[in-house]
Parts: sequence; structure tokens; C-alpha cells
Amino acid sequence: MNLLVRHGLLVGEGTEFVGDVLVREGRIADVGERLEGPAGVHEIDATGCWVGPGFVDLHTHLREPGREEAETIESGARAAAVGGYTAVVAMPNTEPALDNVALVSYVLERGRHCLVDVAVAGAITQGRRGELLAPLAQMAELGVRIFTDDGVGVQDPSLLRRALEYAAPLRVRLAQHCEDERLAAGGSMNEGLLSSRLGLVGRPALAEELMVQRDIELVRLTGGALHFMHLSTGRSLMMVERARLDGLAVSAEVAPHHFTLDESACAGYDPLFKVHPPLRAASDVAAVRAALLNGPVDAVATDHAPHAPELKDLVFDEAPAGMLGLEEAASLTYEALGAEGASPQRFFELMSRGPARIAQLRAGDVRIGLSAHGGHLTPGEDANLVIFDPGARWSVERESRQSRSTNTPYDGRAMVGRVRSTLVRGRLVVDGDGPVQ
Amino acid sequence: MIDSIRGENLLSLDDLSKDAIVEVLDTAESFVEVNRRAIKKVPALKGRVVASLFFEESTRTRLSFETAAKRLSADVLSLAVASSSVKKGESLRDTIATIDALGIDAVVMRHQSSGAAQQVSRYVPHVRVINAGDGLHQHPTQGLLDVFTVRQVLSERRGTSGPESGAELFEGLRVVIVGDIRHSRVARSDIAAYVALGASVRVAAPATLLPEDIASWPVSVADDFDEALAWADVVGLLRLQKERGSGSFVPSLAEFTSTYGLTLERARRLSPSTLIMHPGPMNRGVEIDSRVADLPAAFITRQVANGVPIRMAVLYLCLAATPKETGA
Repeated sequence: MNLLVRHGLLVGEGTEFVGDVLVREGRIADVGERLEGPAGVHEIDATGCWVGPGFVDLHTHLREPGREEAETIESGARAAAVGGYTAVVAMPNTEPALDNVALVSYVLERGRHCLVDVAVAGAITQGRRGELLAPLAQMAELGVRIFTDDGVGVQDPSLLRRALEYAAPLRVRLAQHCEDERLAAGGSMNEGLLSSRLGLVGRPALAEELMVQRDIELVRLTGGALHFMHLSTGRSLMMVERARLDGLAVSAEVAPHHFTLDESACAGYDPLFKVHPPLRAASDVAAVRAALLNGPVDAVATDHAPHAPELKDLVFDEAPAGMLGLEEAASLTYEALGAEGASPQRFFELMSRGPARIAQLRAGDVRIGLSAHGGHLTPGEDANLVIFDPGARWSVERESRQSRSTNTPYDGRAMVGRVRSTLVRGRLVVDGDGPVQ
Repeated sequence: MIDSIRGENLLSLDDLSKDAIVEVLDTAESFVEVNRRAIKKVPALKGRVVASLFFEESTRTRLSFETAAKRLSADVLSLAVASSSVKKGESLRDTIATIDALGIDAVVMRHQSSGAAQQVSRYVPHVRVINAGDGLHQHPTQGLLDVFTVRQVLSERRGTSGPESGAELFEGLRVVIVGDIRHSRVARSDIAAYVALGASVRVAAPATLLPEDIASWPVSVADDFDEALAWADVVGLLRLQKERGSGSFVPSLAEFTSTYGLTLERARRLSPSTLIMHPGPMNRGVEIDSRVADLPAAFITRQVANGVPIRMAVLYLCLAATPKETGA
């Protein structure tokens, strides 16, 4: 299939100009201010839109195997495509956890038939129990580049130290959910004035910050590489910034809900707003937002966490943590970057190039069965592209979504900017209102 | 701020005004007399259905509410929902929908999770929800019956009646609340009620049993427990959950008793007019010495007795005088 995307603002790394992109046989064939398409080529008018590398989500819970009623690899990939993603990294906290070759292969195989590329993050420890290392080298041979026990972090510092040492020569990256589970024990929202008034046990910011600090020191000791997932406090980000100045191999992602919603959303005890790490105080939300603009943030990652409706009808402290994010992340990021004032460069850095670098999904990386993402918009690249309309206005509708679940915290929210089309390996998978049948 | 609970839910005392609380107290006063009659029943809620839904076991509160409902001639549906049934997979929404399907006007609800009553009030907006204790959050009727008891005792001493005195007796009244403030829904409701009525409240507890945000509460923290006791007109004790004393919040129950327990020695130093209160059930020998609990200055059984008229008043106001009735 040949496609000609016309008159979009083409956003490459460090370059922006209005022009056309010709896509042929899954790759970018040509880029220029005014291209002549071959006869009968399908044209997409992208006037007023940004055209750039498709988004990459470092943090997607696809729930398969084990919780298919909440999401499947197929439905999650569809939600991702609608959100402008061309690749997602599936989190390993499924049931059972993705901690061995058989399970990783299963997810990779299912992912091959989906709308977007599905990469897999393997578990660091067997069963994510934080006791014994999982077979990292064997999983790395299948193409796994990120390992995490997400849902929880590796609590035992000696085990994380060993994992960092073991992983370093494998050229893979460990990723941590930073919360000290002892300090956060029993907590269901941010610890502070509000949690005390509501009578809910808090998860203190300190639980996150202490673990970030500890893990930075372990990276310093081992010389390993570590990715910090969904950082939610100003102090966490400050510590990462200092570690980078020290030359340590640390990277960081932030989640849309942590720069969009604050703890006051929990005041009505609605479990839709329960998430780990929790929605923080307004001052931390502002700090995360500021870091998004020019702080030590490599990626926006959704932490898309579908849950069946009956689980979100439990009482607040018993309900599972997590909220959807794939279908709203791009718009929320655009809004947080200043909407009309947003820099297209920063937007694509956070949504595409940064996460693709961490996931090792770029053109120069050794990939197995996955195409290249986070590119420069130059001829020869795999045509993983997104067309984002910064002028579009829409509002979130809880019931109308591609995910199997409806636990969005954004129901009814007015949004600015919207993904119009998604191209995966040159194929138009989303156009206008939804997936292309 | 809510100025009257007529036709409203009662989820928390945090947002009740002085007028709203006084209205409940005055209404309760009129029901005290009913409880002294040979035939302890009035037809105020005849034909109305009150469900009592206890996810957490509480014989006392449950008995008190059900007695109150029956004395108002309401039909009572009593459901002991073991919290394990939720663990088995039934959501709070399904449980409440099942009970609602039986046709109810009000639900009296106790739950181990903070906010459960508020969640239920969203699921069944046409049913009045009365919080009988939710997690660490609130226990509104306990707060109301505590201030009711204080007003009753103080007005008896002055030779006036409660309704005559309104909230006047609380102006400048010195209240000390002692013990596990952090984990206590009773403390949160008591403090809201006392402060709304104009009393001055001090809390006394080991630092680990104070909430992190105590500085933002409308109370002061006692530096010295014995000095606070000497200052107090009312001493409100709280139950110390035994597991808090296993080294997690205080080193031992014995250490708690020696530092913050109302021992006989401390009780002897109290002014003779100071009231001693406890919401029950008591841990005799932990937060209160057994002999202190039986002193004439202790109004603990009076509190239990007053639970019935207060809960009658709450049910009556929330249900009988319902402006929302037609809109439901």
C-alpha cells in the first residue's frame, strides 16, 4: 500500500518543515516540500497537523495472560493505536508473571497479529516475588530489553544490586517501580492532610523518594543502567537530575495522571482515582509538569492499567490501583506542554524518540521481530508514523473506547489536540475516529 | 456547611454546623422521654424500612440503631454481611443493589473501609445513608451522643434542661481527648462536634498515635498529659486497639498505660466536676483503670443509654422530616 501524507508539519529530530511524506512498502520512500505521488496513491491531507514518529509507550499493562476480561494484547494494542502509539512495552505483572522464555514468547507471538508492535518487559525476579533472579539472559535473547517487577519495586537492595551487575553486560535496562512497600504499607492514597481527613492510610512521597535515592546509589556502585518508572514527586526528579550530572546511566518516565490530576481527586473515595504511586499534592503535580518541559524526563509513559468494572466498585482501600491512559496520553501531554505554545520537538521527544531509545527500538538497535520506532522522518526508515491534530477539541467518553475496560479518570474532560491517524509499518491502522477495519 | 440533616445523609460530622448539631440534640431530648415509658414506641417511622448493614461486626452500635429504629416503628432489615463475602467477589455496589431491591428507605452502615458509606450514597441516591462508622474516618452518631451526654450532665448540674441551654454550655468548655487519635473515627467525629459547638479541644497521645497533619486540625496538642488533665472539664478516652501496642506504634500496652492511661492515681487528681467518657468497648487496665471506669465521674453507661435517643433523632430527621421524599 502506498500513501502520501500531504501538507503536514513534518517533525524530525531537530527539524520541522511543512511538506509531504511518501510511504511505500512499509517504509518512508521520500520526504519533501511538494512530492508527486505515483498514480492512484492514497492521499491524506494533514494540513494543520503534526506528522512525526509514532508514539512508544514504555509502560502498558495488557493483562494477558490472566486477566483477559480487563484487557487482551489485541484490545490493548487497538487502544494504543488510537492513542497514536506504534509500539508498546507490555508489563510483566500478568498472571502468571512474564518471567520465563515460554511466557515471553507467548506474548510476543500474540503481539505479532496486533495493530501495533508489542515489545515485552520481563520480570527481574521469579514470579515478581523479589527473591530470586529470573532468567534475564534467556529472555534477552528473545529481544527483551527492559526488565521490571512493576506493580512493586525490587525491595531487597542486595538483590537489586545483583540484578544490576548481572544485567549490565546483557545490554538491557532494569526499570524500577519506586515505592518502599514497608513505608507505603496499607496505603491507598498520597499521605497528607487529605488522607488524614478522609481516614485513608497514606502512601508517603518519602516511600518513593527513599527508594529512588537508594537505587541511584546502587547504580553508582554497580555502574549499571536503571530506568525510573512513573516518578511522581519533585524531589524524585531532582535526585535523578543530580545523578545524571554525576554521569550515571539513569532515565526517567512520568505518567499523564501525575502531571494532570492531584490528590484532591480522591476526596469522593472513587476508586477510579486510586493508583500507585498515588496522585500527589498539587505542588508535586506542578513539579512534574515543570520537569516535563525542561527537566530530567526522558519519556511520558501511560501506566495504562485496565481493571474490570466490578473491581473498581469495591471500597477505596480494597480496590486495585491503576487507571487507563493510552487513549488520552498524547492530548494530556500536549496540554501540559502548553497546548498552542507546545514545542513539537519536545512533544515527539517525550512521546516517541525518548521512550524508543530506552526500549531500544530505534533504527540502530538490535531488535527481534519488531520494526524501528522513534525515527527522524528520513527516507528508508520504517514507516511508523502518527498524525496529530493540535487544533482538535474533544471530550473523553468513558464508554466509547477501544480498551476492554472503562476505568478512565478523565470521563467528560475537555481535551486539546488529538491523534488523527496512525501508520504502523506503512499501514494506516487508525484514521479519523477509530481503527481502520 | 449543612445547617440541618433533615432529609440528608449523615456521613460525617465534619460539615455540620452548630445549628444542625443542636437540632439533633434537641430532637434526641424529646425521645429520651419515650424511652422511659412503659410502651417505648412512637409511630414516627411507621411503614418505613431501615436496613442495618454491618460489614464489620459491632454488637453495640448495631443493637442501639436497631432499637432506635424499632422504637420509631420502622421495619428493620438486619443484614450481617461478613466482610468475607466481599472478598469472595461481591462488590459493594452489588451488595447494596440487592438490599435496595427489597425496598428500603434508609441504610445504616458500618464498614471497615473509610469512605464506604459515601460510596454507597452514590450508588443509591434515593436512599438515606447513615454512617455507623467507616474505617478510620467518621462515626457521626458516636460524636453526637458524646456531646449529647455532656450537655445533659452539665445542664442537670445547673438545674436547666438541655434544649434550654442550646449550645451555650459548650462555649469555652475544655475537652481533652486521649489515646489513639490517628486510627480513631470516634476522635474525628468527637472533635468535629465539640469544635462546632464552641468547645476548646486538646489532644493527648504518644506522637506515633497522632495523625501526621495534626497541626492543621482545630485542636491543640497537649505537651504534658497531667497538666491537660488538670485543665480539663471533659476527658474523652479512646479504645486502644491491642495490635497497636505490639511494638508497632507504642512499645507496649504497659508503657502506654503508664504514660497515657487514665490510672486511678491520675483520676484522683482530676477536678471532682470533670466528666470521664469512653465510647466503649473499654480495655480495662489499658486506657482506663477498671476502678476509674466505675467512678461516679464516669458516664460510660450513660453514653450507651443515650445512643438510642440520638439514633432515633438521626433516623427521624434524616427520614421522617424528608423534604427530599418526593424528589427521590
